[in-house]
Amino acid sequence: MPDPQDRQPFDLTRRQVLEAGTIVSLTGTMLPAAALAQPAGPRPSPENGMTVPLSFHLSFRVNGRPTALDVDARTSLLDLLRERLGLVGAKKGCDHGQCGACTVHLDGRRVASCLTMAAKANGRDVTTIEGIAGANGLHPMQQAFIDHDALQCGYCTPGQIMAAIACVKEGHASTPEQIKEYMSGNICRCGAYVGIVAAIEQAAPRIERS
Amino acid sequence: MKPLSYVQVRTAREAIEAFVAAGESARYIAGGTNLYDLMKLGIEKPAHLIDIADLDGANRIDTDGDRLFFGGAALMADVAEHPVVRDDYPVLAESLSKAASQQLRNMATVGGNLLQRTRCPYFRNGANGAYPCNKREPGSGCAAIGGMDRSQAVLGASAACNAVSPGDWPVALMAMDAAIELQGLDGPRVIPIAELYRPPSRTPHLEFTIGREEIVTGISVPKTAAGRTSTYLKVRDRESYAFALVSAAVALEMDGDRVRQAHVALGGVATVPWRARPAEALLRGETLDRERALEAARAAFAEARAGRHNAFKIELGARTLADAIINAGSKSR
Ligand SMILES: Cc1cc2nc3c(=O)[nH]c(=O)nc-3n(C[C@H](O)[C@H](O)[C@H](O)COP(=O)(O)OP(=O)(O)OC[C@H]3O[C@@H](n4cnc5c(N)ncnc54)[C@H](O)[C@@H]3O)c2cc1C
Ligand code: SF4
Ligand code: FES
Ligand code: FES
Repeated sequence: MPDPQDRQPFDLTRRQVLEAGTIVSLTGTMLPAAALAQPAGPRPSPENGMTVPLSFHLSFRVNGRPTALDVDARTSLLDLLRERLGLVGAKKGCDHGQCGACTVHLDGRRVASCLTMAAKANGRDVTTIEGIAGANGLHPMQQAFIDHDALQCGYCTPGQIMAAIACVKEGHASTPEQIKEYMSGNICRCGAYVGIVAAIEQAAPRIERS
Repeated sequence: MKPLSYVQVRTAREAIEAFVAAGESARYIAGGTNLYDLMKLGIEKPAHLIDIADLDGANRIDTDGDRLFFGGAALMADVAEHPVVRDDYPVLAESLSKAASQQLRNMATVGGNLLQRTRCPYFRNGANGAYPCNKREPGSGCAAIGGMDRSQAVLGASAACNAVSPGDWPVALMAMDAAIELQGLDGPRVIPIAELYRPPSRTPHLEFTIGREEIVTGISVPKTAAGRTSTYLKVRDRESYAFALVSAAVALEMDGDRVRQAHVALGGVATVPWRARPAEALLRGETLDRERALEAARAAFAEARAGRHNAFKIELGARTLADAIINAGSKSR
């Protein structure tokens, strides 16, 4: 979307964005929110002269941390996570719902974050690959992917793992056939499918169904 | 994408008021899996989005009365996995579980599904003058007719457009005689699903009959024993996560081993969800065997017209429908 309107008012380096992501504060607001925000408030629309708010005040939880910021209403959840919050685990493969690389959990359910408008996360819980490891180490699904070499380049892997965890929780991982059907929304260009199915079979008994 | 305003509303009345106040460039958004996608492609250009995914009660699923009821914002995944739908109306459940992916079914609504736009490659990939398309730019011509038309319709096409109606769920609903509940400026009304879709004729950009500000508040399906004797068979270029090349929704009312009444609809082959009345007529009163099923199925394609690369859909469609008829019939035993 090479629309100049899409650009942030300040040119932030990737590092600054990553740092900003780590300061999502305990009080529930992001410290650099003022600097990051689009100019908020009413702006005249070119169409009809109407006064409309073009940014949306978003307040939600990311991996358990309360987060609040203003977003351009066009922003996808994927771009918000990657470009504004420094959570670059979810990948952009197609940006059109066709590959699954951007899979995250919204209120515990798997969604394609590229086709989820960021504003839709308002008041809800988002979980990304960065948020699944426990205090005692990797999530069982992460470990299973390692054990079964369920990747080659790794680009699809965060999406595969988030989809796989949801697949088990939904109760759709009882047979290899069912796993294949309910994981079909995640494409692996490297063709690591055999390992992925084996990893899910291994991890399934260790993950609670919801 | 153009600058955009976005509001979330709680009631249909609020939504309609916001829509009318915003004027020409307003659109409702539910899951966004079609609208937001088309915005990224530069095909849909709303300036105001009114989010109706969280209207109070709009995700209700009710199977208690003499009709099944699905709120317009009920999620595809939730309807597909509802125990009554899954066990007693496989044609409905399968049309949803075989559509898109679980990620998308967790986002997309059953109301939005009815109003999704075609996957015609020239429609989706031809914005900004790359390809003419009467649906995108009325009067510009049609790049698909005489072009790479493997995906295009063999039933219901006009000289202006041969784009396929992409949804699976509307095909199943067509076979089950569903009704669409609407709320507009003048209050609520109900229409049969067959009346929701316009044939392309000379105006393929006009796809639906409902008013721009009207909201699909619900979908209802009469409860019938034929639900159990039903199936949705979908043939795709790959085994899963693809739109239909051809699909068949079949529900049979049986009298012993004879068909009292067949309900048949086709997807992937037609410009609108396609009710196959000629097939239904040939099945009435018959016992089922492969030959009869195929004869009825061929009748459904008697009027089919192929282009350059899609003739295969006629034979594939007939065989798929025949298989679906046999599959559905085998559930009555
Ligand atoms: C990769 C991919 C694969 C897919 N595969 C399939 C498939 O195999 N089979 C299939 O059937 N579908 C498939 N789909 C399409 C998907 O099912 C639809 O995009 C989805 O059902 C649309 O619902 P939504 O709630 O997201 O609608 P939205 O995108 O929010 O809206 C779609 C349209 O409907 C209007 N609208 C939405 N809700 C209402 C309402 N209640 N009242 C009035 N207007 C409304 C909107 O204004 C918009 O014009 C696929 C989509 C993708 C991206
Ligand atoms: S078939 Fe219809 S949608 Fe496709 S290019 Fe032609 S007019 Fe456009
Ligand atoms: S990037 Fe979202 S599905 Fe491909
Ligand atoms: S590991 Fe390379 S795309 Fe899946």
